[in-house]
Amino acid sequence: MEIPAARNPVDVLRESFGEAILFVKEFRGETTVVVEAARSTDVLDFLRAGSGLVYNMLSDVSAVDYYPNDYGELFAGDAGDYRPERFAVSYHLLSMLYNRRLRVKVFAEEEDPRLPTATVVFPSANWLEREIADMMGIVFEGHPDQRRLLMPDNWYGHPHRRDYPLGKETVAFSFNEAEIRKHKPFATD
Amino acid sequence: MAVATAPQSIEEQRRWEGSLDQLRGLVSERAITGETMLLNMGPHHPSTHGVLRLLLELDGEQIVSCLPDIGFLHTGIEKSIEDKSYEKALPLTDRMDYLSPMSNNMAYAAAVEKLLDLDVPERGQVIRVVCLELARCASHLVWLGTHAIDMGAMSVLLYAFRERERILGMFEMLSGQRMMSSYIRPGGVWRDVPDDFLPTIKQFLNDFPAKVDDYEALLTQNPIWKDRAQGVGVIEPDVALAYGLTGPALRGSGVNWDLRKAQPYSGYETYDFNVPLGEHGDVYDRYLIRIHEFRESMKILNQAVARLETVKGPYRSENRKYCPPLRSELGQSMEAVIHHFKLWTYGYDAPDEEIYNAIESPRGEIGCYIHGAGANKPRRVHFKTPSFIHISALPVMAKGYLLADMVAIIGSVDIVLGDCDR
Repeated sequence: MEIPAARNPVDVLRESFGEAILFVKEFRGETTVVVEAARSTDVLDFLRAGSGLVYNMLSDVSAVDYYPNDYGELFAGDAGDYRPERFAVSYHLLSMLYNRRLRVKVFAEEEDPRLPTATVVFPSANWLEREIADMMGIVFEGHPDQRRLLMPDNWYGHPHRRDYPLGKETVAFSFNEAEIRKHKPFATD
Repeated sequence: MAVATAPQSIEEQRRWEGSLDQLRGLVSERAITGETMLLNMGPHHPSTHGVLRLLLELDGEQIVSCLPDIGFLHTGIEKSIEDKSYEKALPLTDRMDYLSPMSNNMAYAAAVEKLLDLDVPERGQVIRVVCLELARCASHLVWLGTHAIDMGAMSVLLYAFRERERILGMFEMLSGQRMMSSYIRPGGVWRDVPDDFLPTIKQFLNDFPAKVDDYEALLTQNPIWKDRAQGVGVIEPDVALAYGLTGPALRGSGVNWDLRKAQPYSGYETYDFNVPLGEHGDVYDRYLIRIHEFRESMKILNQAVARLETVKGPYRSENRKYCPPLRSELGQSMEAVIHHFKLWTYGYDAPDEEIYNAIESPRGEIGCYIHGAGANKPRRVHFKTPSFIHISALPVMAKGYLLADMVAIIGSVDIVLGDCDR
């Protein structure tokens, strides 16, 4: 079977989505494409099945938090970068046919971060997004399973956010147990 | 800031934990009415290979649905790394997949090298290949022993652990540690191989192929083993891809994808080896693939050990901004002292950029996503681990099989819970 020549994914995406492609960046041979959050599911589905680019596997979904001051209109970093909001989620796609990777990145706002889920396109996004929802507090709308994944169900807060302290969870000893229990009525039996 | 709502009273918490309503939509409606049975398996079940809890919905002995519950071994490694300089974060990666720490080291080190654009000298690459293939054998030996004991074959475990001890002995020779080796570091390896390493590994390479034949004699044509393994836990290639399976679990379904071949790192393109493939995507094919991988690893090791004798030169990068100077330089050069001090106190800055780098671990693709912060500590590090993905695909593999097959299926995808929960 003849394999069609590999086309540049950025050109193909620009052709089909135009304004929804917000920013493109190359670094160490990796391409990052920032797309509008509302269109992300369409873009992922297009890259998987509709475009001829055959990004047939979702390798990874990872989230990053640009807190405290590396995002927004006052973002003072590299002029060649683009960080309009606090949270970003990166979908790492892999095309086995053309043996290359692509990163599709979407941003989520600080107050009430919400993104459409990719589980309808890639079933493997299920747990990867659940982990992000748990650890970063980004709600994936339409996700089939919205329970927490790694942390206990009664955990308060999202540990991978940059404003979540590292450590500082008070260890309960007999002298301070009553004090801790008072703050956590749900932890007592 | 949006936060999860926590239960405000004991009653609310009880209602939340004990309610079937929470499972509505995740298990079938028949479980809600009590027609099928919900059975808890683990987290202390020995064949869950750690602390995996499965909530199984059973119709008689048949599995209707399966809900894995993870997080019991969550140690916050990704969060901890955010507060460490790049070099000092490396020992944490050992603790993820504790059966092949070398692969984790390599995944992390290769990602940091990509972020820094740092080259590894040839001898360093050869030593890495030796370590990675030994780690693959050690990891597969634990898998083989535990998988066999799960399915009722006791003696294989003892034989497999006997050989694994020899590999761990070699790791101790290299790094001073049997398991948590932290040997592969950004820029190369910690130190050169000691003099007595070469005779030891040659002896091992001489002995090991016969031992693999022994394992095969015990299992491959064993009718009980075949009955338990053939046609169980079948996953079709397209389903395996959709659920993101990698490594032997994907190759068992016949998909020819090995990152050592497809996207070679550490000079794998210069070694001659084959990628074994399965046909049926069942437990038995995944078993055969790992057995064949022992032999392919032996091939690579033989070539790499021959190169260890001929390829000389530095074993880690000479770029002193990123790799510490040799101990012998410290008495001679003021600059070396400055570099030494700077590296072990502050570390080095990495650009404010993101990269993703993946390698082929014994279990599959282990990817490392690093977002630098333009400082000596990363903004975010995320590990995409094969066990995490494979456990999320367990419900697909287990559906419709018997409860007793669940043990075989868990064993066949080779999960490590430290790798899963991080």
